[in-house]
Amino acid sequence: MFKRSEQDKRPQVQIFVDGVAVAARQGDTVSAALLASGVDARRSTAVSGAPRLPYCMMGVCFDCLVTIDGVGNRQGCLVPVAEGMQIEIQKGKREIGK
Amino acid sequence: MSVAPKREDYDVVVIGAGPAGLAAAATSAEAGLSTLLLDENIGPGGQVFRAISSTPVTERDQLGADYWIGADLVQSLRAGSAEIIQRATVWSLDRNLDIAVSIGGASAFVKAKRVILSTGALERPFPIPGWTLPGVMTAGAAQIMLKSSALVPDGRTVIAGQGPLLWLLAAQILRLGGRIDRILDTTQRGNYLAALPHAFAFLTSPYFAKGLSMMREVKAKVQLVSGVTELSAEGDGQLAKVSYVAGSKRETIPADLLLLHQGVVPNVNLAMSAGVEHRWDDLQLCWSPVLDASGNSSVAGIAIAGDGAGIGGANAAVVRGRIAARAAIEALAPAAAAKLAPMATLRSDLAKAERGRVFLDTLFRPAPQFRIPSGDTIVCRCEEVTAKDVLDSVAIGATGPNQLKAYRRTGMGPCQGRLCGLTVTELMAQARGKTPQEIGYYRLRAPVKPITLAELAAVPKSEADVKAVVRG
Repeated sequence: MFKRSEQDKRPQVQIFVDGVAVAARQGDTVSAALLASGVDARRSTAVSGAPRLPYCMMGVCFDCLVTIDGVGNRQGCLVPVAEGMQIEIQKGKREIGK
Repeated sequence: MSVAPKREDYDVVVIGAGPAGLAAAATSAEAGLSTLLLDENIGPGGQVFRAISSTPVTERDQLGADYWIGADLVQSLRAGSAEIIQRATVWSLDRNLDIAVSIGGASAFVKAKRVILSTGALERPFPIPGWTLPGVMTAGAAQIMLKSSALVPDGRTVIAGQGPLLWLLAAQILRLGGRIDRILDTTQRGNYLAALPHAFAFLTSPYFAKGLSMMREVKAKVQLVSGVTELSAEGDGQLAKVSYVAGSKRETIPADLLLLHQGVVPNVNLAMSAGVEHRWDDLQLCWSPVLDASGNSSVAGIAIAGDGAGIGGANAAVVRGRIAARAAIEALAPAAAAKLAPMATLRSDLAKAERGRVFLDTLFRPAPQFRIPSGDTIVCRCEEVTAKDVLDSVAIGATGPNQLKAYRRTGMGPCQGRLCGLTVTELMAQARGKTPQEIGYYRLRAPVKPITLAELAAVPKSEADVKAVVRG
């Protein structure tokens, strides 16, 4: 859906999406890294289970909700990636304990 | 990494580090006022100057000269004494100018003598069939990825809608080597005639020449379809096709990405929750705060600058930020105000920056069918409520957006009405034969962004607080 411009010379950062290593770049938000990675990053909604991807990328739509380092319902578009970060695609509601 | 505010009290707290907030905070700090700038994003710039300090797009021409103005604003802010905290989400502001802000999962509280809200704008909802499908995004979302991560559309890409941002985004995508298959222009034909009386001001504004050359640049490379009157996104769990009607002819094209845009509207949540009076703007078709010439709102001590005060664009936002800051300085440090640019100069700068706006608002007034959906089209993305659900609720007695919450939970999901509020107001107004002003808006309350109960529970409590809720 998206590709990186060749002029992007930022250092790589390795994150894990559902346990699989994915290359991101320093300064990416979690949502941008997911959309750039080509992995199936569709979450599913709490109400009907419908698949969604980020819509606004600016912190207002909450369609980027994702589990980051064990914490659910994080807005992926507002959180920068960090080396070794563990991302889980959130299916449905946030779970108790996450 | 997460840094709490250094003090409990500030002369001026500015919320939002876009064009208005950057200018307001720099001006306030320069006059010697203790100034705190709180911003939700990773770096300063808001949306217009998104990632201005970190963008990987190094070829400056690709983003355009207007973007790099932001670098000067950030530089002059950082040269001063303002305290700047990024990734700080303000979740409460009240009439006493008490502010609650979430930073790194913990809440801090500060009090201000003056608050300047510069929370900017967000994209107008574009509720077409299929707009919740993965692969459908706002044009602004694509621009944010382009500026902050040098990401451009790669698959079959359709851009649909209208307005200056749409053309700017298209030009930027093409310059960075991205792909656009088709642009579907939804501008109503009748708008050209309606906008004509306002054309002179626009023709003599700086936007005209820039806009024209950008449109030429894009049209040379991308197929443009004008007069689009129907639009839908289709696919099973993922966007597969875009279907549209132009000149009474329907066409369906395969697509991987659909970028929607029909203008921006003020981001009103924090201001409304603080009790700031808003009125329906019949030209811009949104809620705008009631403000005096210095940006002061109906709540003493709260001023609003930038697009949150009514859409005016980045240049106007910068000047509005300076005006609001100057008004704060006049009130808190009159001696320092005497050394600043006179208010009259700032007001004339503002008039210049706002030149041509009425033309743009009239020309790009979105068509009713793209604002007021019908049938199974989703209105409230969070709670997955359709237009039919809303109309059914009206039929059995829902009178306005607040009653509708009890019927359908619209606006009660995490986005708190940001993506459905305008649609609900206009849809209910139409169904009930009332004006949007009569129908009203959601009653917004803190926390204006979701915070966890754990964070709330960890908030420091006084003995009196505990006594108020504990028995015995």
